[in-house]
Amino acid sequence: MGLRSYLDSIEHHFEKGGKHEKWYALYEAIDTALYRPAIVTRTTAHVRDGLDLKRMMITVWLCTFPALFFGMWNIGYQANTIYAATPDLLAAQHGWRMALIGALAGFDPGSVWDNMVQGAVYFLPIYLVTFVVGGFWEVLFASIRRHEVNEGFFVTSVLFALICPPTVPLWQVALGISFGVVIGKEVFGGTGKNFLNPALTGRAFLYFAYPAQLSGDAVWTAVDGFTGATPLSLGAAGGLDQIVAGGITWMDAFLGLIHGSVGETSALAIFIGGAVLLIMKIASWRIVSGVMLGMIATSLLFNAIGSATNPMFFMPWYWHMVVGGFAFGMMFMATDPVSASMTNTGKWIFGAFVGIMTVLIRVVNPAFPEGIMLAILFANLCAPLIDHFVVSANIKRRLARNVQ
Amino acid sequence: MEHYISLFVRSVFIENMALSFFLGMCTFIAISKKVETAIGLGIAVIVVQTITVPANNLIYTWLLRDGALAWAGLPDVDLSFLGLLSYIGVIAAIVQILEMLLDKYVPSLYNALGVFLPLITVNCAIMAGSLFMVERDYNLAESTVYGVGSGASWALAIALLAGIREKLKYSDVPEGLQGLGITFITIGLMSLGFMSFSGVQL
Repeated sequence: MGLRSYLDSIEHHFEKGGKHEKWYALYEAIDTALYRPAIVTRTTAHVRDGLDLKRMMITVWLCTFPALFFGMWNIGYQANTIYAATPDLLAAQHGWRMALIGALAGFDPGSVWDNMVQGAVYFLPIYLVTFVVGGFWEVLFASIRRHEVNEGFFVTSVLFALICPPTVPLWQVALGISFGVVIGKEVFGGTGKNFLNPALTGRAFLYFAYPAQLSGDAVWTAVDGFTGATPLSLGAAGGLDQIVAGGITWMDAFLGLIHGSVGETSALAIFIGGAVLLIMKIASWRIVSGVMLGMIATSLLFNAIGSATNPMFFMPWYWHMVVGGFAFGMMFMATDPVSASMTNTGKWIFGAFVGIMTVLIRVVNPAFPEGIMLAILFANLCAPLIDHFVVSANIKRRLARNVQ
Repeated sequence: MEHYISLFVRSVFIENMALSFFLGMCTFIAISKKVETAIGLGIAVIVVQTITVPANNLIYTWLLRDGALAWAGLPDVDLSFLGLLSYIGVIAAIVQILEMLLDKYVPSLYNALGVFLPLITVNCAIMAGSLFMVERDYNLAESTVYGVGSGASWALAIALLAGIREKLKYSDVPEGLQGLGITFITIGLMSLGFMSFSGVQL
């Protein structure tokens, strides 16, 4: 145990009065990330639970891995398929990424290795920048405000990186995660004290500040000079017919062989991670079912109403489920325990609200083809009020019960 | 009918008084610490807005607009420069009358609203409702719908803000930002959430 004794031997420098007192947060973060904390409860009554905040956050982080690795493979697969079809485009590409891919792998869409390398070259820089810049703010606030670096940042960073388009400029990634972490979370006092999902706050900030790099048809594929619409923008233009005419089957969308943000394309991979979260009771099944039911109800309603001019009205619910970020938002974003409703009834309402708003934005708001991000942010705003009403209704009911 | 529903939804969500136009900020920030009082104030705003916008619409159509006095035999008179003065006068008068009526007939509601009723007189969201009505050339029915909608938009916003601020009691805000500072940031983030409606076409 060389590392353990080394950490112990330098600990006194970081404690109060030590020469590196200011860096305690960083020391504590590294120490508790590697080892179990040495602090034990000394009072008489306390709850023993294997699931602490650290384990919970790390589990969420691990549960994004299916979506993450599939997303990386899919970036490469999409790009290499295009290169295979139009070799001219491949010759027109340049930059450090291409040199790196050329050194490590080829451009064969059939090869898992080629696809993974291609995806990694696009995704890992995004994740790295997110992690380093976001981590910088996290540690800065932790050391100045003397709280601990929270493992919640693992989740925020990976979620933020997964909802970026693969071609997003890295300086925008840095800006977005800075906004998300500082304004979305740290000014309120850190993890557990914010009211909006920090990853989504940063993403929404980027979306409104730099729409050219975060929306449209040119950003979803890691090929310079290629425009490939996401199923949802196809749908906004011509409904389900247009999506199918674009050569996308439901199975493609379910498995994730479509253009889109890094982690959002594969409903299957997301559901695998999401199932683990649900089974381990980390994600609230009430919220997930609420989102699902709200989405199904609203899309059935729109199907029934129909519209002569807007083909999105006829999009069936099982398509809504697999395209865009719906699955990702439902499993990983809406279930954020901090910014969602806290009460059980509130969770149902909150979830249903997200589902309804998502379909509403997708169908009747031509400005935004995708709605889950804004729907969750809006539901986050409403969550405290929903809780308030649930709690006061509960108080009233119990008062009435005791009067008799 | 569809037109009115669309106008209502637009005035509540898309053109939210507090979160898209940032109107009525002083009361919005001052009275949003508790959900109950915020909802009380919100209801008062809806009531006042519902009465004043159509009332001002009548005054504008029949007295102030260019050529509005044709019924009195004065087709060339344009009194629209008196607009601001008349609208605020009408708002103040209606709030006073409402206050007296409530005090006399519904004392429980009067006590619940308390100081908020007079406060509404100087709430710029109320004034803005009337001015938007003039600028957008609403007729009487439209301005009634707009009055209800814009009042509801403000009420919704203040109720949401109060919910969030009650939750933020447990937050740990840096010293320099406590109080007003964090409230402004909160409102900014809220209007980011309300951006989801911008562009909705009904």
